[in-house]
Amino acid sequence: MAEREQIRKPAPANRDQSVEEAPPASERGSDIKAQLDDLLDEIDEVLETNAEDFVKSYIQKGGE
Amino acid sequence: MAVPKTLGLETEYGIVHRGAPEPNPISASSLLINAYLIATHQAPEPGRAAVGWDFTDETPGNDARGGAPAGSLAPEIETHLVNAVLTNGARYYVDHAHPELSTPECADAHSVVVYDRAAELIAARSMEAVRRLLPPDEEIVVYKNNSDGKGNSYGCHENYLVSRAVPFSRIVTHATAHFVTRQIYCGAGKLGTETPGMRLDEAGYQISQRADFIEEEVGLETTLKRPIVNTRDEPHADAAKYRRLHVIVGDANMSQVATFLKVGTTALVMALTEDDAVPRELRFATPVAALRQVSRDLSLREPLELVDGSTITALGAQWELMAAARAYVETRGADAVGGEVAHQVLDRWEAVLGGLERDPMELAAQIDWVAKLRLLEGFRERHDLDFQDARLRALDIQYHDLRPAKSLAARAGLETLVHEDEAELAMTEPPPDTRAFFRGRCLQRFAAEVVAANWDSIVFDVGEGSLRRVSMTEPTRGTVAHVGAMFDECGSAIDLLRRLGAAGA
Repeated sequence: MAEREQIRKPAPANRDQSVEEAPPASERGSDIKAQLDDLLDEIDEVLETNAEDFVKSYIQKGGE
Repeated sequence: MAVPKTLGLETEYGIVHRGAPEPNPISASSLLINAYLIATHQAPEPGRAAVGWDFTDETPGNDARGGAPAGSLAPEIETHLVNAVLTNGARYYVDHAHPELSTPECADAHSVVVYDRAAELIAARSMEAVRRLLPPDEEIVVYKNNSDGKGNSYGCHENYLVSRAVPFSRIVTHATAHFVTRQIYCGAGKLGTETPGMRLDEAGYQISQRADFIEEEVGLETTLKRPIVNTRDEPHADAAKYRRLHVIVGDANMSQVATFLKVGTTALVMALTEDDAVPRELRFATPVAALRQVSRDLSLREPLELVDGSTITALGAQWELMAAARAYVETRGADAVGGEVAHQVLDRWEAVLGGLERDPMELAAQIDWVAKLRLLEGFRERHDLDFQDARLRALDIQYHDLRPAKSLAARAGLETLVHEDEAELAMTEPPPDTRAFFRGRCLQRFAAEVVAANWDSIVFDVGEGSLRRVSMTEPTRGTVAHVGAMFDECGSAIDLLRRLGAAGA
């Protein structure tokens, strides 16, 4: 059960071309990580508390 | 010549009535909309009927191919449910079991983003208003997505005015090429798959909410056997001059950049189609399979087979269409496609394709499927979750929650193109540059005399015995430039009708 397929991340291409003008990768990387951490803190706060029930009961009729 | 691209969106929202003993989505939708109308004083005075929708001209069964194939089922119109016209020219109503809001007609892609954001604010205001009417342990919540993750889908439709003179087969060819591949920046992202016969865990994450539900290349249906190109031929305008391309294949977007590109690029592709300015036909060997393949290919690198045996990637097709659109605007100008806004669409289109080519994760502030993927991956890693964990599925749904206090998209750092003040104003003010201006002003000024309205006419009762219908079959007329001064000078609906009669409008 634990060995589920991971959500596949898109494979970046031509990454070498975009690195030149960017700030040092470590600095930029830690900045982005801090932003994501803050965001994940917020998600922890606002995400539906009983996810299982919430997902189960989210049933819509087809429309259009 | 391409006709001016009058544009609009129709969004069906997901709805949940929490805490209700026996939740019913139809009555919840009615309650939601009525609560908004009362709170904003757009509900009728006691003893008077609401300004209703006039169905006289609705013909959703007309097929653009001329004569529907046997077995086609056009959707039926439900006339008994809440159906309101707002002072901004929009239509807010119950469709099947969903609240739906159709934006007023817009003259360019930026205006569509303004009115789409206004629609989100209207939904949020509606939720607040209905909450005050419900018992404290109940709440009605609205989601701007297209699937419940269990095989049920509801749409975000787009509309584009195109010339009647264009052969419909040419529209099908170029629209299909665009719709199969534009997902790479329009997709709203979805965990899992809802394709019949496929197990939920066979597709981890995909780009589009809708691809699983598209089963045909061309067709009239919108609720079953959904097609890539919908053939509903109901222009809501002078049918001798115009078609309305009714697009059902797309996702509803939370990202304003994605909405801007979705309608902006499609308007350009339609103008190119009208003027026969697409350099070559990109015909996919199996368009429906290609649409689904693109949705599942997060690398954006898989080759798609064309009928001539060659292949192209989704990115390759989009680069080709973008280059053709740029060349078109440079040689023929942008008058038909929103003027200056068309240049912004082209620049944005090019930048986004460049970003997708380098690394899609660069576009986490612009593209919904990337923004959502970033949240899902981060959350999964932080809590060491199994890919099937319900919390990830909850996150997927809650990305589209329209309550400001709960929306994850609102927290995802998405770039905005529209000031909130501008969107607030657009909740009640019509766009100045289409016939929606006339509709909106009539409702702002003379709601008591307006009996009914629809896209191309307004019916007045000014107490002269018979009802008076004002026809608006030209979507680019009835703007502030045409009738703004007339409204300033008229003190009553009778004045207005006299002036219109004298002007022969």
